[in-house]
Amino acid sequence: MSGGHQTLTLLLFGAVVVVTLAVTNVAARRRHRRGSPEEFYAGGRFFTPLENGFAIVGGHISAPAFLGMAGLVALYGYDGMLWTVGFLVAWVLVLLVVEQVRNCGRFTLADVVAARVRERPVRIALGCSSVTVSVLYLVAQLVGAGSLVALLLGSHGGAARTWTVLVMGALMLFSVVFGGMRAVTWIQIVKAVLLLGGGLVLSVLVLLRFGGDLTALLTSAAEHSGHGEDFLVPGLLHGNAGWASRLDFLSLGLALVLGTAGLPHILARFSTVPTAGAARRSVMWTIGLVGSFCLMSLILGTGAAALVDTDTLHGSGPAGSTAVPLLSAALGGGADSAGGAALVAVVAAVAFAATLAVVAGVTLAASASVAHDLSASLARRGRGRAAARRVPARRSEFPTAESQGAEARSGRRGEVAVARVAAVGVGALAVGVSLLARELNVVFLVGLAFSVAASANLPVLLYALFWRRFTTRGAVWSVYGGLLSAVTLVALSPVVSGSPQALFPGRNFVCFPLENPGLVSIPLGFLAGWLGTLLSRGSAEAVRYAETEVRSLTGARAV
Amino acid sequence: MICGLRSFWGMRIDDPWHDALATGGPEPVGTPPAALPRQRAPMPRGEHGLPSTEYGLPPAGHGLPPGERGLPSGEPGPASGGLGVYPAVQRSAAFQQLRRRHRRFALPAGAAFLLMHLGFLLLTVAAPGLMARPVAGVLNAGMAAGLAQFAAVFLLAWLYARHARLRRDRLALELRWETQEMTRAAPSAASVASAASVASDKGGPR
Repeated sequence: MSGGHQTLTLLLFGAVVVVTLAVTNVAARRRHRRGSPEEFYAGGRFFTPLENGFAIVGGHISAPAFLGMAGLVALYGYDGMLWTVGFLVAWVLVLLVVEQVRNCGRFTLADVVAARVRERPVRIALGCSSVTVSVLYLVAQLVGAGSLVALLLGSHGGAARTWTVLVMGALMLFSVVFGGMRAVTWIQIVKAVLLLGGGLVLSVLVLLRFGGDLTALLTSAAEHSGHGEDFLVPGLLHGNAGWASRLDFLSLGLALVLGTAGLPHILARFSTVPTAGAARRSVMWTIGLVGSFCLMSLILGTGAAALVDTDTLHGSGPAGSTAVPLLSAALGGGADSAGGAALVAVVAAVAFAATLAVVAGVTLAASASVAHDLSASLARRGRGRAAARRVPARRSEFPTAESQGAEARSGRRGEVAVARVAAVGVGALAVGVSLLARELNVVFLVGLAFSVAASANLPVLLYALFWRRFTTRGAVWSVYGGLLSAVTLVALSPVVSGSPQALFPGRNFVCFPLENPGLVSIPLGFLAGWLGTLLSRGSAEAVRYAETEVRSLTGARAV
Repeated sequence: MICGLRSFWGMRIDDPWHDALATGGPEPVGTPPAALPRQRAPMPRGEHGLPSTEYGLPPAGHGLPPGERGLPSGEPGPASGGLGVYPAVQRSAAFQQLRRRHRRFALPAGAAFLLMHLGFLLLTVAAPGLMARPVAGVLNAGMAAGLAQFAAVFLLAWLYARHARLRRDRLALELRWETQEMTRAAPSAASVASAASVASDKGGPR
């Protein structure tokens, strides 16, 4: 890619930065209920399903997903197309639990589970797993964005990566700390519109190039890809590999489908709408938008295979992240033409905005986990087990005395202050790790984040909502079992040691052949929850389960 | 105040779940909204022709004649406390009906989609020859299966929303009012006390 479009790209990056700052500024100026947890974690809870649907898309589809899915299709044909299907199917699971999560939850996943088991240990466990997921995801996004932007700007030096990570981290922290969920939501909405609009324009241009004939598009992609017929059948990515690689593929597929429903930053989005019905309608919007995004990725990927020079496509690495920029250059009339340069600049700016919106949402969710779950539970240690065992009533429907109200308000503001500090801490940690790891291959971290979410967060959520006998011990075992098994298996896998692409190429302590732990760790998470429940001393509290079940299905006393 | 906020944000107000209680502000919650009819015409058990829409509340029942609801409104919870209300509601016929309807849809649908997608992935890695078999034109079995899953997800989403709207939402709303009324009728000293103590660290009335 030539440097002709660099000025335009930097201008558009500047526009993204300005919009981010402006949105945060507007959100931070609201005086109504400023500093309350409802405002900071949930943006006031008054977003419409349409707005929330776009915001979920904005918080979910990252730059690696936007550029990577089309890139995989362009490079590997059918084997790349598979991922787009899993990306959408995952939302079915979210749709089926969203109403119950909204009815029982206040801000985080732990709110749903803690309603029926002993609160403190479960909040600490889920806080740990959610922060782990968020940090892994943040590092993967920031490092990925650094290398993408460096690639798109045409400079391969370390300076561009470092600056991208730093600017991205600063913007993300600024918008989260000062704007809270309201700013993050609007950033995500703007980004989703940009992303889907850009994808739509490029897809239409591809289809126009082929006269709307999908058969011609596919045939031309197969011929031009250099693989011929093999492009459209399974096997390019996994065909010649051994069973370990095929199982690895299944493992990642399973984590992708099950992990989405356990991602803290996705679950946090459902607290921003007023009711369970609104949450359901947000997911309906999301399914429609994610589905069209996946279909557009298919068109863009095949278009890139058909229109971009094969050697250039393969030249930029095995992930094909440059397929969409190269395709847009080709659609605009060549990399050196004004149209091509403009389209490439737009794609780069959309990728920048995409990453920014995702990392802001993840940071906010992590800060909620730290302040609302971890810090609040750890601070409660001194009050003794009797207090923890007592049934915690959530909002009283009767306003208490003025003094108690004031005390409650100050406590809740204190929690938001903790959340802001936590956001800075988590963000700084992620930026620091990303700077250290900026030259490493950290793509596996996305898979690991999904695996942890599917192994630690999903079992406990499903058990809490659907299993009458589920106990505190079951919940704690399930979370730690899933979390520790996923992290340990990855540490012992070929991505960390023993292969040339590993984090520590010089060492070899590989015991586990797969790069993605989901296939083993997800069943382990479910198994640990089941065993823990069976081995509990006491039985489940029937009254509390009745409360959870009634509240989750009817919405009684939902906040 | 809620109405003001709602119009301020341009909220759509077509949502039967969307009520003052759900998002309650600082004002105490007093009487149930007058919009909710307390007396409803009994309906026969089969409710296939339930004429409900999302908009407004026509005088349709929820599928059970009032006598079978098992929830005489206003009856205090048996355990003489706010929490005793929940087991009573859970045992009621109306709630059992609601839970059955939800589980009969959600559990098979979730399992079916999971198995469908896993089967798809499994066939791709285990039987690539089968997936490469041509179906129509350039379309082979694998691509057809992938596209079919897109269609299936859209169809399921639509069916689920329709099922929830027609079969669950109203029943849930009624149970919600009744539960909250019963809770209000019998607030136990313990629940108020613990609410006050919890309010100081994890939130109370706004």
